[in-house]
Amino acid sequence: MSTIEFSGWIFLTSTLAGLLGALTGLGGGVVIVPALTLLFHIDIHYAIGASLVSVIATSSGAASAYVREGFSNIRIGMFLEVATTLGALLGAYLTAKVSTHAIGIIFGVVLLYSAYASLRKRPDTKGDATPDALALRLKMYGTYPNAGGETQYTAQKVPAGFSLMFAAGTLSGLLGIGSGAVKVLAMDQVMRLPFKVSTTTSNFMIGVTAAASAGIYLSRGYISPGLAMPVMLGVLGGSLVGSRLLVSAPVRTLRLVFAVVIVALGIEMIYNSMAGKL
Amino acid sequence: MAWDDKRMEIAIGNMLRVGVLIAATVVIAGGALYIYRVHGPHPDYTTFHGEANQFRTIPEILKLATTGNSEAIIQIGLLLLIATPIARVVLAATGFLLEKDRLYFAVSLTVLVVLLYSLLQGH
Repeated sequence: MSTIEFSGWIFLTSTLAGLLGALTGLGGGVVIVPALTLLFHIDIHYAIGASLVSVIATSSGAASAYVREGFSNIRIGMFLEVATTLGALLGAYLTAKVSTHAIGIIFGVVLLYSAYASLRKRPDTKGDATPDALALRLKMYGTYPNAGGETQYTAQKVPAGFSLMFAAGTLSGLLGIGSGAVKVLAMDQVMRLPFKVSTTTSNFMIGVTAAASAGIYLSRGYISPGLAMPVMLGVLGGSLVGSRLLVSAPVRTLRLVFAVVIVALGIEMIYNSMAGKL
Repeated sequence: MAWDDKRMEIAIGNMLRVGVLIAATVVIAGGALYIYRVHGPHPDYTTFHGEANQFRTIPEILKLATTGNSEAIIQIGLLLLIATPIARVVLAATGFLLEKDRLYFAVSLTVLVVLLYSLLQGH
């Protein structure tokens, strides 16, 4: 395959990954790494390098739209970024220590969890919580726009949320993904923040978390310009189109279809890693 | 209008979008040049040997980009992309300082130190 042909195929695949990632809310990284390794037989280190760069692009590109909605919480995001960036440093260091097979298996498990998380029901009633002293001292509260005006919220279980965020950062640095599913889990399920606040703040945090491992990736030679170029442009373009389509798309059906695809990719990642084919 | 959280978030959102736009433009320019110049079979990515040293550190990338090397220009675009969330943290730190929120000014600086460490540790 010539360079132009190869770049074209990578670009098309990345565009599709970005489109699906935006439509389902899972992000492009979680599908582009398996696509690059399973379809194009690209070494996982180059794949996670290119994916990480595209994750920064989509997170930052979508941020301005989220800000206008008024759901994201800048203080909660910044405080938790201390955990995610430190975790990302650890994860990026681990990529050189952990075997390719282990990375593949961990990736497969994260894919399976992401598929499960995207289909889970989300009851958004969290009014019975008692104020958390630590959260108040750290000003981890806020309001968000609602049909009847502004609704108030305060974070719960800050240490547990912080620890889970560290784990999310480690996964992000190890796998070159945004690990949005784990970030949302920490804020939505552990810290009991409203779902919309969790997802928009998570999107904000993904770019900063990814930037923390990007420097290490670059100095290790994981970021290859010839590969990262079509991946980053494709995922970014696809996700921008996807977020526009989101209003009119049948999200529930798409989630289901995408979940099936992700489960298949997850199983194949685990199988190939165990068979030593990755 | 006083400096407040809402205003800070809007400024940050716009800054991020502009950063991505600039980075993508540079990557497209470098990419077009790359496609135009590089012929023959595509590079082999199936086994990991690491990108060449001249594409791994900021000074080397800058040096090579001035010679018009297409891959170095792509790397410059990717560096601008990596710099965008870092600039976001700088902007937030400034905002917290203006709000006289010392706690969150310190939190932002902590995040900034981690980010700069990652970017500069290879040098």
